[in-house]
Amino acid sequence: MRRLLFKNLLRKPLTEPAPQADAGARAQLAGAADLAQRPPLGRTIAIREIDAGSCNGCELEIHALGNVLYDLERFGIRFVASPRHADVLLVTGPVSANMREGLARTYDATPHPKWVVAVGECARNGGAFAGGYACLGGVAAVLPVDLHIDGCPPSPTALLEGLLALLERVENGAATAAAQELAPNG
Amino acid sequence: MRALRDFIADGQALSRHRPWPRAVVGRDVWERAIVLLQEERATLLALWGERDAVHLALADDTPPLILSFACEGGRYPSVGQRHAPAIRLERALHDLTGIVPEGLADMRPWLDHGRWPVRHPLGERQRGRALPPYAFLANEGESLHQIPVGPVHAGIIEPGHFRFTASGETVVRLEQRLGYTHKGVEALMAGRSLGGAARLAGRVSGDSTVSYAYAFARAVEAALDIEVPPRAVWLRALMAELERLANHFGDIGAICNDAAFALLHAQCGLLREHVLRAADACFGHRLMMDRVVPGGVAADLAPEGGQAIGGLLTHVRRHFPELIELYDNTASLQDRTAGTGVLCAELARRFGAGGYVGRASGRGVDARRRPGYPPYDRLAFDVPVRNEGDVDARVWIRIREVEQSVALVEQLLHGLPAGPIRGAAPAAAGEVREGAALVEGFRGDVFAWVRVAADGRVERCHLRDPSWFQWPLLEAAIEGNIVADFPLCNKSFNCSYSGHDL
Ligand code: SF4
Repeated sequence: MRRLLFKNLLRKPLTEPAPQADAGARAQLAGAADLAQRPPLGRTIAIREIDAGSCNGCELEIHALGNVLYDLERFGIRFVASPRHADVLLVTGPVSANMREGLARTYDATPHPKWVVAVGECARNGGAFAGGYACLGGVAAVLPVDLHIDGCPPSPTALLEGLLALLERVENGAATAAAQELAPNG
Repeated sequence: MRALRDFIADGQALSRHRPWPRAVVGRDVWERAIVLLQEERATLLALWGERDAVHLALADDTPPLILSFACEGGRYPSVGQRHAPAIRLERALHDLTGIVPEGLADMRPWLDHGRWPVRHPLGERQRGRALPPYAFLANEGESLHQIPVGPVHAGIIEPGHFRFTASGETVVRLEQRLGYTHKGVEALMAGRSLGGAARLAGRVSGDSTVSYAYAFARAVEAALDIEVPPRAVWLRALMAELERLANHFGDIGAICNDAAFALLHAQCGLLREHVLRAADACFGHRLMMDRVVPGGVAADLAPEGGQAIGGLLTHVRRHFPELIELYDNTASLQDRTAGTGVLCAELARRFGAGGYVGRASGRGVDARRRPGYPPYDRLAFDVPVRNEGDVDARVWIRIREVEQSVALVEQLLHGLPAGPIRGAAPAAAGEVREGAALVEGFRGDVFAWVRVAADGRVERCHLRDPSWFQWPLLEAAIEGNIVADFPLCNKSFNCSYSGHDL
């Protein structure tokens, strides 16, 4: 083990440069309702991930964010075990009827201010599972969604770009949003 | 099963079912089949239903066989009452179709949580209704306590509920409650075009998207007598092996992580990412979703794909051996995995457990070998088997399978035939056709059955995840272990929730 650790110490980090925050995500977040009521969160966000009936594909790519190449935690973004500790709920899946209550209760257990990010085609509109008896057809059917990150599944880079836009937003909160509105031309 | 087969030869076999026979049988043959299962002379492959019939797929060392029972009065003799692996299948079948397994003691709903607008979505539909709280099995004894976990878990994983009964730290019983991710896939399948249905099949369990699309495509091709171009046959296997590699790397790392050994988790995560990037470079999608389609494959190997895979193989060959050595030589890690979560060979056999769960407990069955499908008949590979049945054995099976898959990927790349990747679009047969297929995913054998209507649309499709026969075994394997070892055991099984809940 020592040999391996030593070797890794000597070589350059594998972590790749950070992508830019996604412009589309920025625009979505600028339009988020009740922005003024949500005070800025600062430099870090804690995410509680909820699988609301996904195929597990989205989870795989969310997982990948933690590997050394994407290294999500360097941005101050981390996953937490309890909704009580979370600022953001990252929700996947078409929301199966059987998960509706679990999702709603997790949201209720999350303290204010909180943000909801819907990940994947399913979470937007039910995706391949829309129209059946067993799904509600997307996260917005149950919770107010601030940001959609599209893809089936979205790549880790796409997830990162979306989350960085969210980080920007929650860091500055309503103050920046208000400032932007006051100065529309610059 | 030979006796059963002879009996069926008497003229009940349906001619439009490929490649294995399906026969409508009476009560006596159905009962005989149950006895075969009970005596472990045959393995249960699948059990599913529709409005007025149930179907039972069996396997032994001869090709599989499918028996159908016409349910007059909406009933059939329960298989589960005498052969435990069928219990959850029958409970699910009842939820979906309303057909009653005669004599089954445990009739608690399984997939139906009382949240759907309809009851029996695949049978005689009725208005949905709320259900009383789920009745977990009773536990009696002094100083027992219960720990309810889920459906929303602590990590980034799928939802399901675990009810532990513990005595101090020791698990006395684990009872699972699943169905949270039920999406009504089988009802959604009905009436879809073959392309649309293939897309859906590839989303039953995202980690096995290639295997599902592969199994579905093979079932359709069997039903419609479609010839697949050789290049596509080989590319499918290439995708399937890449999928196996990615998942095994992910699993090995995650198991070590649950034993608090983060170094291997980081290293394996890197290997997994390499596989996904190679897959993306080769086929344009990291998980290779929607790449296997009825009739062939949707994407040819990209020009730079060969190089990407070459790079991947070199990387794995250089770095994986030192990780194996690290796993093998870290006493604190071995201390957690060896002897933990033992699954005995007898149970693995009775449940017909596939994949690393079965192979770590002495059951060396692999659908690539038996019943087998091309191109694996032309490739050299071993099916590793171990007998310890513990977490450590399940890790070792994965390690050995990684080595096999690396060798397979190399053979596939070298032997890749030239030519088209897709035949003519599957045409409507003008009559009802049926087909079945079994494909070895990373987790075990995926079973697909499809009935294609005369107009070429899917009439009924059933997809059975290997997890159906692995989840119940996890309940057995955890007994007597400490609660804190559950994540480790669970990860070593890595059963699918979505594939099971369908
Ligand atoms: S968006 Fe795609 S990958 Fe994500 S859960 Fe839905 S089907 Fe699976």
